[in-house]
Amino acid sequence: MTRIVGIDLGTTNSLIAYMDGQTPRVIAGRNERGMVSSVVAMTDNGLIVGDPAKEHLVRNPERTIYSVKRFMGKSLEDVSEELTYFPYKLQEQGGVIRIQIGDKTYSPPQISAMILRELKRRAEEHLGEDITKAVITVPAYFNDSQRQATKDAGLIAGLDVLRIINEPTAASLAYGLQKKTQGTIAVYDLGGGTFDISILKLKDGIFEVLATNGNTYLGGDDFDRTLVNLLLNEIREQHGCSLDQYPDQMQALRLEAERAKIRLSDEQKTMVVLELPSGHGVFRRQITRDQLEGLTTALVEQTLGPCRLALKDAGLQPAQIDEVVLVGGSTRMPLVRRRVQDLFGKVPHSELNPDEVVALGAAVQADILSGGTQDMLLLDVTPLSLGIETMGGVVSPLIRRNTTIPASAKEMFTTYVDGQTSVDIHILQGERELAQDNRSLARFQLKVPPLPAGVPRIEVMFLIDANGILHVTARDVRTGLTQSVEVKPSYGLSDEEVERMIGESFKFAAEDLKARQIIEARTEAEAIIKATEKALELGGHLIDSAETTAIKTALAELQAARAGDEHRGIRARIADLEKATHHLAEVLMDTSLKEALQNKKLSELT
Amino acid sequence: MTMDGTQKTPMKRSELQMARSMCWHCQSEITGEYFCEQCVKVQPLSKEMDYFTCLGLPRLLNIDLGALEAKFYELSRTFHPDFYQRKTESEQSISLGNSAMLNTAYRTLKDPIQRAEYLLRLEAGSAKDIRTSPPADLFEEILTLQEDLEAYRSASDQNPAAVARLRDKLTTDRELLEQRQREMDRRLFELFTRWDALHSRQSRTDPASPDFQKDATAVLKEMREILSNRTYLRNIVNDLTATTA
Repeated sequence: MTRIVGIDLGTTNSLIAYMDGQTPRVIAGRNERGMVSSVVAMTDNGLIVGDPAKEHLVRNPERTIYSVKRFMGKSLEDVSEELTYFPYKLQEQGGVIRIQIGDKTYSPPQISAMILRELKRRAEEHLGEDITKAVITVPAYFNDSQRQATKDAGLIAGLDVLRIINEPTAASLAYGLQKKTQGTIAVYDLGGGTFDISILKLKDGIFEVLATNGNTYLGGDDFDRTLVNLLLNEIREQHGCSLDQYPDQMQALRLEAERAKIRLSDEQKTMVVLELPSGHGVFRRQITRDQLEGLTTALVEQTLGPCRLALKDAGLQPAQIDEVVLVGGSTRMPLVRRRVQDLFGKVPHSELNPDEVVALGAAVQADILSGGTQDMLLLDVTPLSLGIETMGGVVSPLIRRNTTIPASAKEMFTTYVDGQTSVDIHILQGERELAQDNRSLARFQLKVPPLPAGVPRIEVMFLIDANGILHVTARDVRTGLTQSVEVKPSYGLSDEEVERMIGESFKFAAEDLKARQIIEARTEAEAIIKATEKALELGGHLIDSAETTAIKTALAELQAARAGDEHRGIRARIADLEKATHHLAEVLMDTSLKEALQNKKLSELT
Repeated sequence: MTMDGTQKTPMKRSELQMARSMCWHCQSEITGEYFCEQCVKVQPLSKEMDYFTCLGLPRLLNIDLGALEAKFYELSRTFHPDFYQRKTESEQSISLGNSAMLNTAYRTLKDPIQRAEYLLRLEAGSAKDIRTSPPADLFEEILTLQEDLEAYRSASDQNPAAVARLRDKLTTDRELLEQRQREMDRRLFELFTRWDALHSRQSRTDPASPDFQKDATAVLKEMREILSNRTYLRNIVNDLTATTA
């Protein structure tokens, strides 16, 4: 049986997990960190993904992409308000955002696929097998376009996405597995870019979602921005320097603000230090937790409205919630905890690592799908109402929000004019009365046989599958024939585009490999350079000057090669240096250090 | 019980549940409940099956919500797509269709109002002459209220006393309407009990007798009236609440 992994594709960090027997585990990288920064840098040496890409945010801001999840399934208009915050250029093509890097453009699913491929590689290395199937989590409040974009990202990364599951419900699976809880729980999930609230009933292994609500545009990024804006203004007033002119400085400021925010979860005050562009000196400022809370109160308040709506939809009072579970890094903020506690009247749980719990839950769901865990079943809901546009631009709802999925609805269509051969159908998602106020999902044309008006009867079936993704089929009631429906997504990639991107991704994979080889060679070079310097320090007096010169020459050559882009060159110089230091290592071993250094290579002598 | 076949004898569930009596996969006769006993493939639920049958309940209006939920969970474990991931595409598609139908059935029966509306649709054949337009008096009342609402919305701030008076009147009206909603609901639940009593008597009274038909139709008719008036009332109460909030 092929293994299925669970992936949390986050705004700020992403994780991959698998089921190790009965226990879900996050796979850590070589750096021992379970999280991979959701950052992609397009350097001259190819692609760099994850933590190593993070340093390029400041060095190479126009070519380093972060928080791409905010663009998934979105049009340019949707994100117009935050365009100024991003250092890279955005365009739109076919209703899909394209990120411009140099003379190339990339869709958000392509960038997400680069992160997914990094996670895939990490799992393959750890498990020693090919990984081709995955469960990927999305915010519960993601609409159809955003879910589809996530599925496309998986495809482009070479992953068969067997299920898209909601982050808060994934968290509840991990939580329920560990605690064997029964009763009603509320999962409050505030991540880097999105907010979800889900109310679930846990009973005999069934995890039934009663209601969900949220905001896919509210998260840690927005908290950082309040702080960034404050600091920007102060720097302008005190130093006469407008940082918005400098993309690299803006990124440095953003990262510094994020770090300060994180520190303020544990400390009452912290110092922000930022080196300004030359001639403007250094900016220093102390920030207290109270000040941060003053800046972010309004944002935290924005999460409480959706909580109340979810409770109302679930038909529950706050007191009827047995347990509150916190998920997402932003729930570490004391202000968030206090407000959640006030609303529900009980201390929220946070014993599970809020960064890992979603990935762990995804691994549990993956295990259910692969036939491992059979006693747990998740019954999730669709977060938004689905409807079609009718005469006068009014929406006629077909499937209401918080309906358990899979869900279906049938609608009969006919013609208004004699001989009419097609009917246009416009599908929308949202809670507003008018079509124009809702999210356009797709349009399609029903083919109708030319008959007198009102005679044709076409039954259209709208089905939301267990991934929360819509499928449409149509049937001519008179003939009983089904017709295929070509649905054109309003904000999504076409099948052809996804195909093309899958092809291109193989090319990226090659570049990716090249970049990784360089990084690895450099890391190894650094280790041996340090070791050699230390060895010279310890044993330089034990060898003759000719040998010392040879070692120093080899050392200098490796240092030069390390700055270059050729991993083979670096490897060759490493070998040269190892050869040059061979005798020194032996001499060192023969001396008083012999005992401690027995059976050790020089490179381990650090 | 009549012998002419017009009255449905309560069939065993297994006979109703299958779309056809032959397995879609191996063509053997279906005897099991949801799976073919020969090839163990899941069978599609019949599109004609009503939600009560689907969830193993008699066609009554007062139902045991605990039993309903237990049956829903049990069938979810039987049909949910999670458990068909490694099966064939046909089986996955049946699982999807069955789950979607099960979810609709559960959602409909869980809520008393939707349950009653669904029963009315099922029984429509025996209650064709039921009127659906609102009674004239309620209609008048709602029109008057809507005029008041309009006046309140367009009232200027120049006459705060008048605005306050209007507001008080609308609040009183809303409270009266809410009182009426509660009375309607009470009456509706009385009718639920009457319907159920009528149908549990079915074994003793001849269902085809004119008396039974007359009683049943009267109950259905009153329920439909209440349900339709209830909708009008709910809409105007929502409007009042939203405007005067």
